[in-house]
Amino acid sequence: MAILRYAFYRFGTMLMTLLVVSVLVFAIINLPPGDYLSNQIAELKASGQSAGVAKAEFLRKEYALDRPIWEQYMIWMGFMPGPHGFSGLIQGNFGWSFEFDRPVSEIVGDSLWLTVLVNMAAIVFVYATALPLGVIAAAKARTWADYTSAFVGYLGLATPNFLLALILYYYGRKYLDIPIGGLMDPAFEGQPMSWAKIQSVLVHLIVPTIVIGTAGASAMMQRLRANMLDELGKPYVETAIAKGMAPSRMLAKYPLRVAFNPFVADIGNLLPSMVSGSVLVSVVMGLQTIGPTLLTALKSQDMFLSGFVLMFVALLTLIGTMISDILLVMLDPRIRYEGRDA
Amino acid sequence: MTPLLSVENLSIGFGRDEPVVRDVSFEVMPGQTLALVGESGSGKTITCRAALRILPKAAQIRSGRITLNGEDGPLALNQLGERQMRSIRGNRISMIFQEPMRSLSPLHRIGNQVSEVLWLHRGASERQARKAVLEQFERVGFPDPERAYNSYPFELSGGMRQRAMIAMAMVAKPDLLIADEPTTALDVTTQAQVLGLIKELQRETGMALILVTHDLGVVANMAEQVVVMHKGRVMESGSAAAMLKDPAHPYTRQLFDAAPEIPDVEAVGLPMPQDDLILEMKDVSKTYTMRSGRGWQADKLIHACRGVDFRLARGKTLAIVGESGSGKTTAARIALGAEPPDPGGEVLFRANPEAAPLTVHDMSRAQRTAFQRQAQMVFQDPYSSLSPRMRIQDAMTEPLEIHRIGTRAEQRDKAAEALERVGLNADMLKRYPHAFSGGQRQRLSVARALMLDPAMIVCDEPTSALDVSVQDQILTLLEELQEGLGLSYLFISHDLAVVARIADEVAVMRQGLVVEQAPPETLFHNPQHPYTKALIAAQPEPDIDRPINLKLVALGAGAPDSWAEAFRFTDSVIPSLVEMEPGHKVRCHV
Repeated sequence: MAILRYAFYRFGTMLMTLLVVSVLVFAIINLPPGDYLSNQIAELKASGQSAGVAKAEFLRKEYALDRPIWEQYMIWMGFMPGPHGFSGLIQGNFGWSFEFDRPVSEIVGDSLWLTVLVNMAAIVFVYATALPLGVIAAAKARTWADYTSAFVGYLGLATPNFLLALILYYYGRKYLDIPIGGLMDPAFEGQPMSWAKIQSVLVHLIVPTIVIGTAGASAMMQRLRANMLDELGKPYVETAIAKGMAPSRMLAKYPLRVAFNPFVADIGNLLPSMVSGSVLVSVVMGLQTIGPTLLTALKSQDMFLSGFVLMFVALLTLIGTMISDILLVMLDPRIRYEGRDA
Repeated sequence: MTPLLSVENLSIGFGRDEPVVRDVSFEVMPGQTLALVGESGSGKTITCRAALRILPKAAQIRSGRITLNGEDGPLALNQLGERQMRSIRGNRISMIFQEPMRSLSPLHRIGNQVSEVLWLHRGASERQARKAVLEQFERVGFPDPERAYNSYPFELSGGMRQRAMIAMAMVAKPDLLIADEPTTALDVTTQAQVLGLIKELQRETGMALILVTHDLGVVANMAEQVVVMHKGRVMESGSAAAMLKDPAHPYTRQLFDAAPEIPDVEAVGLPMPQDDLILEMKDVSKTYTMRSGRGWQADKLIHACRGVDFRLARGKTLAIVGESGSGKTTAARIALGAEPPDPGGEVLFRANPEAAPLTVHDMSRAQRTAFQRQAQMVFQDPYSSLSPRMRIQDAMTEPLEIHRIGTRAEQRDKAAEALERVGLNADMLKRYPHAFSGGQRQRLSVARALMLDPAMIVCDEPTSALDVSVQDQILTLLEELQEGLGLSYLFISHDLAVVARIADEVAVMRQGLVVEQAPPETLFHNPQHPYTKALIAAQPEPDIDRPINLKLVALGAGAPDSWAEAFRFTDSVIPSLVEMEPGHKVRCHV
């Protein structure tokens, strides 16, 4: 029950953090002088196209850009009625992209869940490779197994992602017939979900997962190895051996459990670094994730679009940290019982 | 009778180095206790670990044989395969380690960790194991076995954890228990109780015991046979009774002479003079607030010190004795000005007899700097109190640099002088701390404290991390310095025997309160408080005719509400210190 209460409390703090983040995000997208529309109006006026000016002026009113900044924020979030009543982020209206002249929700659309999908796959890949490799490297410290995994790990860490992407695409195509680029066959884009579409997405996911996950996996593997080595020297490990446990069971039950904490705590850090780190990779690999969208939106000062994307990334991060905090509390009684009367 | 375990000509070495254990032989009879005695580096721990084959990776058994004689004939332990060895560990031979704080996994429940032995060796189901473990918990003295079963190690005290370790080692009913310094990390009354428990369990089950220890007092209380080791070799072995009466080997005799003892005194001691006080603590209390971290729980108040009055005369030694958590270190920190006392308390310091007293916690900047020069500290752990990256010379001259005293050459001369004063050579100044042994490092710490010509030194358990022979040397050094320089010591210790030697007055603390205060002779001749009596009784003496009196220990070591009516105190009702005879105060209701 204590865990449920903690989860509830943690969810509350996450919402509070999100609120603070929204203020920061809004401040950041409003930092550059002017906004998309006023820049456009200035441009149109200079070239004497009054019809366009009228439309832009209309849009300024429509999106309350003529109001004071704090009101703009309240309207954007949906805390205050705008020109069309309550219609902000919390009501599910993500705003209008001036650059693309379409609602933000339409532009990001598919890429939202594709981003989540790609990053989840990458995280699963990170954990699935780092866990066994890290444990083996620690248990067989200073043997060829350790050195080989360290070598491969550093190679992964040092190779630029886009280069790795190109290499994998080339050989994947040549030997395994893995499709190049994108996250699904173009034929399925915009189509409703179907078994064939899922299959296509899965096949397309292989290379991006490896490319995005490799660096994280090798860093995490080294961290796990170091943690494990620290734990292996502790007296409780000796106790377990003196009990007559077999090495593999002993490793899994005792030192790994303790070395696991930082491993779990990293989920929160992993998410944002992957989302922002994968922008370049997404551009190179033609992935329809949110990364490239963010890039264009920021370049053209498309404030509602970039604001929404930033909020989305922040949300992912916060959810990641929340999950890892709750997992930690479940895993480690020392955290769970802190402050309890002994 | 065939011995249960016999070790013949055992040699163990690391890599290509000289062996660290050479030609060691001994035998353990069924049901008997053998003590392996030695100082750090003597090879006693590695010898006993060889029986379970849990040696460090780089160590190998070079030669010799270890044989376990069980019901099914002799087994050569040094030749068994890993798999067979596993069925011996925890089953036929089990082991208890030194640090109960770290020897249990912090993330698994105690019950799970203990039951595991039965799952492994008896193929017991969860229910069967649980039943057996609960019985064992009851046996080792857990007041509530169910609760202990579901506890995590960090919820238990050190003594309780060591009981859990004992339960784990005993639950499979092994033929041989190896206990590697099982009580060294515990308070003295807890040590007495744990030793008593091991002895009792041994009598019940008839298992043999190898007890690794550095403490001859523990040997006298526990062992039938003794093997004394030094630098990897056996110096002397034989029956405990004979050896303790008349040690044959010079090394054994040396160990005996160094072991501190509570003296058998006939007379009362002289009270500390009161005319020239260097330090005076008046009604000093310290309360910490432990935040519950949750809004709906009240914060907890911890009374680290309650109404402490100390008066330290110039050139004398006041010892504060108590177990962990008794408030002795807090009192010393307040005396040094490292922490302020609660309002109402006052600490006065007189640098010299003529000077006006300074209030330690209300000083100007200049006064504070001067005070810091006159009051220095020597810490417990000589390994972590010297920076490994600083040459001795830099570590020694640093205080002078901070206080801007002297030129570089003068500082260096001063450091050389201080080194010679503590019995080291001036040419050691260029070395780094790792080049020194534990005892030498503690000499360095003392030398560093002397650099500013202090009038008072606070010694926080300065010898408890050291071997007995080294402890002896450091105590002698402190005595010589006091005589030569007229230093005053505030000496913190958990060991009454050490204090017996060096103190002019002893204050026994328990739960932040001074329960008894007297000159050491008076205290040992005529202890009044049940807790003091328990401390004295729990001290293991290297004399086979003076075993630990567990009854006295039990009477005084428990919580204050288990004491006799006259001495009880609660958070709200605290009896005051009553002067029974000149200089002898006891906290009791009159």
